[in-house]
Amino acid sequence: MSVPCTGKVDLIHILRSFEKGADGVYVLGCLEGECRYENGNLRAKRRVEKAKDILERIGIGGDRVAMYNLSSAEAPQFVKFAKEMTERIRELGPNPIKAAMKKKAA
Amino acid sequence: MIVAKPKPVEEVIESVEPYDRILVAGCNECVTVCEAGGRKEVGVLASALRMYFMNQGRKVQIDEVTLERQCDREYIEEIRNSIDQYDAVLSLACGVGVQFLAEMYIQTPILPGVDTCFMGGSEERGVWSERCQGCGQCILGKTAGICPISRCAKRLLNGPCGGSTKGKCEIDKNLDCAWQLIIDRLTELGRLEDYEQLMPIKDWSTERAGGPRKVVREDVTQ
Repeated sequence: MSVPCTGKVDLIHILRSFEKGADGVYVLGCLEGECRYENGNLRAKRRVEKAKDILERIGIGGDRVAMYNLSSAEAPQFVKFAKEMTERIRELGPNPIKAAMKKKAA
Repeated sequence: MIVAKPKPVEEVIESVEPYDRILVAGCNECVTVCEAGGRKEVGVLASALRMYFMNQGRKVQIDEVTLERQCDREYIEEIRNSIDQYDAVLSLACGVGVQFLAEMYIQTPILPGVDTCFMGGSEERGVWSERCQGCGQCILGKTAGICPISRCAKRLLNGPCGGSTKGKCEIDKNLDCAWQLIIDRLTELGRLEDYEQLMPIKDWSTERAGGPRKVVREDVTQ
């Protein structure tokens, strides 16, 4: 999902992703202190924290959400974050909602 | 505005757990401004509840609505045709809205999704503070626009008390002494002589101590 600034990413976007079956969500923002719109990435950071908190409380798992910061010139860094997140989600397994609903349907 | 804060999601889950069809109802007024019960918060809570129940393997219908106001019956009337489709309504309005809903739809359990805190204003994003206790007899004209009823821990009319130190209240070192603020502002206004006037004993019967209150205005009743 592409947005003009991570400040556009709202809490509901993250939650709906999980509601629709996403196994993990990570938000990639500009480096802290270097937001073109001053504090968009810091707002996103707070929303990611809130999403983590809610997902933890409802049993989905807060570790399924993360925020990373990098500049657009750091392609290797992007690859590193992507691998890190993929590895983390593999360890956590699929979104538990999918398993619960499948079990119910069976 | 009336300031409220969201209840912990665990508490909300416990209250809606027995129901299979739930309407999450927000309010477009005060709770929207204080980011506790507007359309956005309704969406977030509804999504969280849907996920919680799905994770439990339960199929629970969670619908969303945000009314213009929950403290006016004409707006609550808007859900009359759909209220029978739900086992319970989770209202994110203040305590007034919850009660108005409950009075209007007596067959449906109405549950509060926020904790209503006080009448106050926004200090900055995410910070609200109390400014009015609705005592029914405003004295702000005499106290330089600073309310000792809502901002003094002892609600003193002739303060400060001995617990005022360096402009702060003894109950919390971060809390301004309301009477120090009053004196400072009276000084700024060149009206310090007002401070010398003893305030008479307040008639507390217009405050909550006089029991539940009602305002009836003949000039606007129909």
